[in-house]
Amino acid sequence: MRLTCPLCGPRDRREFHYLGAEEYLRRPAAEAASAAWDDYLHNRDNPAGETRDLWYHEAGCGQWLLVTRDTVSHDIRKVELVATLKGGAK
Amino acid sequence: MRIAGKGLTDPSVPVGFRFDGRDYVGQAGDTLASALLANGVKLVGRSFKYHRPRGVLTAGSEEPNALVEVLEEGGQRTPNVRATVQELYPGLAARSQNRFPTLGFDLLALNDLAAPLLGAGFYYKTFMWPRHFWEGLYEPLIRRAAGLGSLSRQHDAAAYEKAYAFCDLLVIGAGPAGLVAALEAGRAGADVILADEDARMGGRLLSETLVLEGRPGMEWVTSVLAELESLPNVRLMPRTTVTGAYDHGTYGALERVGLHLAPRPYLPRECFWRIVAKQAILAAGALERPVAFENNDRPGIMLASAVRSYLNRYGVAPGRRVTVFTNNEEARRTARDLMAAGVPVAAIIDARPHASAVEDCPVYTGATVINTRGRKGLSHITVRHGGGEALIETDCLAISGGWNPTLHLTCHRNGRPLWNEALAAFVPAPGAVPGLEPAGAAAGIMSTAACLASGQRAARGALEALGRKPAAIRLPAAEDAPYVIQALWQVPHAPGLWRRAWLDFANDVTVKDVKLAAQENFVSVEHMKRYTTQGMAPDQGKNSNVAALAVLADATGRSVAETGVTTFRPPYTPVSIAAMGAGGRGTGFAPQRFLTSHTASVERGAPMIEAGLWYRAGYFPRPGEADWRTACDREVRMVRERAGVCDVSTLGKIDIQGADAGRFLDFVYANTFSTLPVGRVRYGLMLRDDGHVMDDGTAARLADGHFVMTTTTAAAGQVMRHLDFVQQAFCADWDLRLMSVTEAWAQFAVAGPRARALLASVLDAPPDLPFMGCAPVLVHGVKGRLFRISFSGEEGYEIAVPARYGEALFRDLLARAEVLGGGPYGMEALNVLRIEKGFLTHAELHGRTTAFDLGLGRMISAGKDCIGKAASQRPGLTGPEREQLVGLRPQTEAPLTAGAHLFVPGEEVGRAQDQGYTTSVCYSPTLGSWLALGFLKNGRARQGEVIRVVDHLRAVDVLCEVCDPVFYDREGEKLRA
Amino acid sequence: MRYSGLKVITEGLFGNRGWGQVWRNPAPKAEYDAVIIGGGGHGLSTAYYLAKNHGLTNIAVLEKGYLGGGNVGRNTTIVRANYFLPGNSEFYSHSLKLWEGLEADLNYNVMHSQRGLINLFHSDGQRDAFARRGNAMINQGDDAELLDRDGVRALLPYLDFDQTRFPIYGGLLHRRGGTARHDAVAWGYARGADQRGVDLIQNCEVTGIDIEGGVVRGVQTTRGAIRAKKVGMVVAGRSSQVAAMAGLRLPVESHVLQAFVTEGLKPVIDHVISFGMGHFYISQSDKGGLVFGGDLDFYASYAARGNLPMMEHVMEAGMTLMPMIGRARVLRSWGGIMDMTPDGSPIIDRTPIEGLYLDCGWNYGGFKAVPASGWCMAHLMATGQPHEVARRFRLDRFATGHLLDEEGTGSQHNLH
Repeated sequence: MRLTCPLCGPRDRREFHYLGAEEYLRRPAAEAASAAWDDYLHNRDNPAGETRDLWYHEAGCGQWLLVTRDTVSHDIRKVELVATLKGGAK
Repeated sequence: MRIAGKGLTDPSVPVGFRFDGRDYVGQAGDTLASALLANGVKLVGRSFKYHRPRGVLTAGSEEPNALVEVLEEGGQRTPNVRATVQELYPGLAARSQNRFPTLGFDLLALNDLAAPLLGAGFYYKTFMWPRHFWEGLYEPLIRRAAGLGSLSRQHDAAAYEKAYAFCDLLVIGAGPAGLVAALEAGRAGADVILADEDARMGGRLLSETLVLEGRPGMEWVTSVLAELESLPNVRLMPRTTVTGAYDHGTYGALERVGLHLAPRPYLPRECFWRIVAKQAILAAGALERPVAFENNDRPGIMLASAVRSYLNRYGVAPGRRVTVFTNNEEARRTARDLMAAGVPVAAIIDARPHASAVEDCPVYTGATVINTRGRKGLSHITVRHGGGEALIETDCLAISGGWNPTLHLTCHRNGRPLWNEALAAFVPAPGAVPGLEPAGAAAGIMSTAACLASGQRAARGALEALGRKPAAIRLPAAEDAPYVIQALWQVPHAPGLWRRAWLDFANDVTVKDVKLAAQENFVSVEHMKRYTTQGMAPDQGKNSNVAALAVLADATGRSVAETGVTTFRPPYTPVSIAAMGAGGRGTGFAPQRFLTSHTASVERGAPMIEAGLWYRAGYFPRPGEADWRTACDREVRMVRERAGVCDVSTLGKIDIQGADAGRFLDFVYANTFSTLPVGRVRYGLMLRDDGHVMDDGTAARLADGHFVMTTTTAAAGQVMRHLDFVQQAFCADWDLRLMSVTEAWAQFAVAGPRARALLASVLDAPPDLPFMGCAPVLVHGVKGRLFRISFSGEEGYEIAVPARYGEALFRDLLARAEVLGGGPYGMEALNVLRIEKGFLTHAELHGRTTAFDLGLGRMISAGKDCIGKAASQRPGLTGPEREQLVGLRPQTEAPLTAGAHLFVPGEEVGRAQDQGYTTSVCYSPTLGSWLALGFLKNGRARQGEVIRVVDHLRAVDVLCEVCDPVFYDREGEKLRA
Repeated sequence: MRYSGLKVITEGLFGNRGWGQVWRNPAPKAEYDAVIIGGGGHGLSTAYYLAKNHGLTNIAVLEKGYLGGGNVGRNTTIVRANYFLPGNSEFYSHSLKLWEGLEADLNYNVMHSQRGLINLFHSDGQRDAFARRGNAMINQGDDAELLDRDGVRALLPYLDFDQTRFPIYGGLLHRRGGTARHDAVAWGYARGADQRGVDLIQNCEVTGIDIEGGVVRGVQTTRGAIRAKKVGMVVAGRSSQVAAMAGLRLPVESHVLQAFVTEGLKPVIDHVISFGMGHFYISQSDKGGLVFGGDLDFYASYAARGNLPMMEHVMEAGMTLMPMIGRARVLRSWGGIMDMTPDGSPIIDRTPIEGLYLDCGWNYGGFKAVPASGWCMAHLMATGQPHEVARRFRLDRFATGHLLDEEGTGSQHNLH
């Protein structure tokens, strides 16, 4: 399995650390209702198909990546730097 | 026996070897199987379940019968080696397996007599009574009877390797299609790897008497290989089986580096390759399949293609009087090749009614073999033909039920093959593995000419995908005979308790078994497989899957296509654990991190203890100290009374710079840091997103926009990932930079009443630091940092210097400390000191504790948001039901243990009465008592209560008083001294 | 038909012609009292206990593929009761007791083999954590023994005690732990349920859940609509997809866990061994294959197959711990799809929809839970009330913070 880091190029899966779904970018406001925090921390669409999730190029540039990929075929469609996403979460 | 002048082996190089204690001689180029056959050895193994005598069936890695143990000097051995793959080397020693006591006389052959009782799944229906007989009697008997070869139980000390390779095009298989593909792509300039599992490249051309371009096929193979070898952009990898197709162009491959040579030191046995290929071509050919008929498993019954391999490649006649049983045209070549080599052919039995009869031997068309004779070697076959039955004397029966494309790799990413009625075989589904194109027989293309063209076509497709121009090589003229086959899976036999026709030779699965599965409604192909174990043996059904499906289809009134197919999964052929785990042996399993003080500590006799990936000194023994406790007690007293030095460089250190650094720390720590003055240090509590404590540590403000954070040793990596995430996800536009500097600095704790004096002697201008102060310092002229922090409860400092000065400083500090009556202390003393003080480690911060549990709830600043704050306020994470940190002091002198559970004295000891548990214990030489930290339900409100500490495992049952977790210097006067 | 050794002999001597179908192939009826979605281990045991314990026999199990085709047929077959958190302890303890009577109950040999499970530890801290676990097991009424290094050596002399990267300090021995023949568990429950009248309907995929006014009415399937007053979703590996049909979003992320088996070998490993530092566990099947596994591949996946990095890591762990297995060859590797929850523990609960029940989130501990999961799910579906030993497996516990986090790794799904 390989991922193409926008900074480092195609790299082996061993260089990356996986966090989980894109939801982790949508941190609720401090005063948000507990249901919002429950959704943020726990509940997931968990699609069998296209998903967007977060990977860290730990043995590389130290950048967090938002990866658009397919959970059934493992096809990778897009890799973006979290730090330069438009309208970052905060 | 050997036929002079035939084959590719070298008669001028005799190779001595040993099988089952007898010495034989083969030739260079032989496999163990060909050499045994050349020596007239037909009985090579016993079957899995019925212990039937078995001989060589195939000439390749799919061999189900000829599995042997290869022996080494010193008692090491390798079980389940395919004699058909094992190349002969001088002194090779092998023995048969799964027999007792000998191959010729195997007592477990009694199973064959009991066969009527041992049908598919019989064990699910019995052995249930009495219950404890399963572990005591039935299972041990079954286990002993089952299994194939045996491991030596010795550590595998041999060398193995792993490697990566990258290429434009990986060609899997070096038969006609693969060779053409590699040549086309190689000439076009692509970076090509050609991998073939055989020792010698050429595929079926090595085993056939085919003519290419008017010359023997081998001549063409030799010339193509010579050119490929001359191309710098082509790598040839013989003896390399591509075992798995994984994501994004990654392939696993096993190279047999040293298995064809006598073992010697440093010679790797195998190398496991990770090949990353932009494009790949599967030119792995096809596997011939047997036909099920009664007693079709006797030694001497062999696949027709294998008979040709032994004849044409190894110059061995596998029998004196051969018969051929086929359902297709191609296998008839076997008879022709044999007769041309002077081997008598007793008959051809062709199942096709309208087959030709051109050979110079009896040909029975529309005929089948219905039974055989000869327990340890075939002697006769019975043929049923239009005119009745005939008993034919023969010692070798060549059988062919047609060919199955070797499409396994195309299924490794869950692709399902497609049924092709004309071929009576499954063929690869298009696009099953992105970037992997089947070619030649693997794609169901059977004639040599069509295979060559298919290889070229696939290479051109790959070149186009790579953006390269084709090379336009000219293909040699070759046979282009159509593949004519009439499906034949089984020849029905009369009912009878002991009458059986084998499908899966390796697991002893017969037609009866598959029919019984169908009768019992195990009609899903997966159910049939799992119930009968068909396809689960070492050959993974390579010889039996399709026929078994066909029998199941027949038994259930469905077509093969409707019946479906089980899944081929990696590896294609079995891969040794040692090869795929190469590098893991001994200390190679994980990186080792060494402190700058490592050598100096070892010199002082300190045992170096694993702490995560680090090694830290446990204690520093002095002459005459009987055990670790004596040394530990001394070191604790030394710190409390004089001065101690401890390497704490394993703590994570993260440098945080920028105008927003303080704001950032406010966000990632529960407490506030933006208000911390320059030159001060603060204890910080870091929460996970889910509100539990992730880690604790300190952050020091070195300058207005410059902090250095410390983490615990265990959580250093996790914290760095977390900080990077928070910064990039939520604070990307802040003025902020983070970097791990853990290994850049060596850091030593200097603690005790004389710590200040000790430090004064190494610092050029000792600063007068208040408790929790920090300052830049010069250590003998080297720029360093000094922090006044304490993990011991004494006046304590941590002094940091660039790592390259670490060892020198450590040695210097120890020398000076000893002058003051102090010295080094290790992890054991460190742990006692911190327990006495109620300081936390990951024994307490074990991932389930909250700030509330630790009594640190007030550290979560009310005035700001922070990571984990919202989730920490969930109702289940606070309140009297929570287990809270407490100290425990025994009322006697009895020792305590960590991991003991807490109960109310007088109450029952059981799960429902459980009040908590101990996390850390020590004997405190300072207080002259055992101490424990632990978590107790509603513990903070229960100080003064007596609680019962029970450790069943270590026979501890002690009454303790619940107290504050800080046992020593509760007011912190010593810290601030 | 009752199975016995005598029956095997008499049938065998008459050509095995008398063995009947192990289960029927019923066509789905238009309506059942209860429908269970999912014919895996948990779904089948739920059906079995609904029929046996609660007398509900007008029920159906709907399976989109073949019975036992999910994780019950692709695990490493380990059966144990070595949990330490209240909520898990009593549940797995109950499950182990059911295992111990399973063959007699089902009249099917699931080859439950209590050969002993040893969890190795490699530091003082790990020993203390295992001591806490072992004591909790004993407090629960189960068995545990703490072995020192020599105690481990006596049982497992072939481990590498001298060179391994993480020296062996000792082990926690759970003698009643062991293995079972995974497929047989599914088949045994299926047969038992079928014999009690449960309709096991294969090749019947649920495509929709009918809900009216917050009450479940039945399901839509590829074989037509089926009405039911109660519907249980027991579909680990597809939980999120099936729950989504009812408009539910679950605290589940799906991950692939690989497992491996070697070629058959004569008996060499007599226990179940777990090597925490390497995320490696191994046992030997009765057929002779070494069955072993490691950690998740760690990325969300429904592919039921894995990749090389974790596979190699597992092999490396094996080589550092017990280098005698180096010459064994891996015959097959496969992957299961794990319902990973934010605390690593399962969910057996009602849903906000009346009559719709949920059994999911088994992470990678589902196999040993098969008996108790079915027992408790059946209790819940039959009575509407959670069973005592499963009362903490609530769907809302993540929101409320009443967590069951044995690993202590927090809410990140794949870390359990």
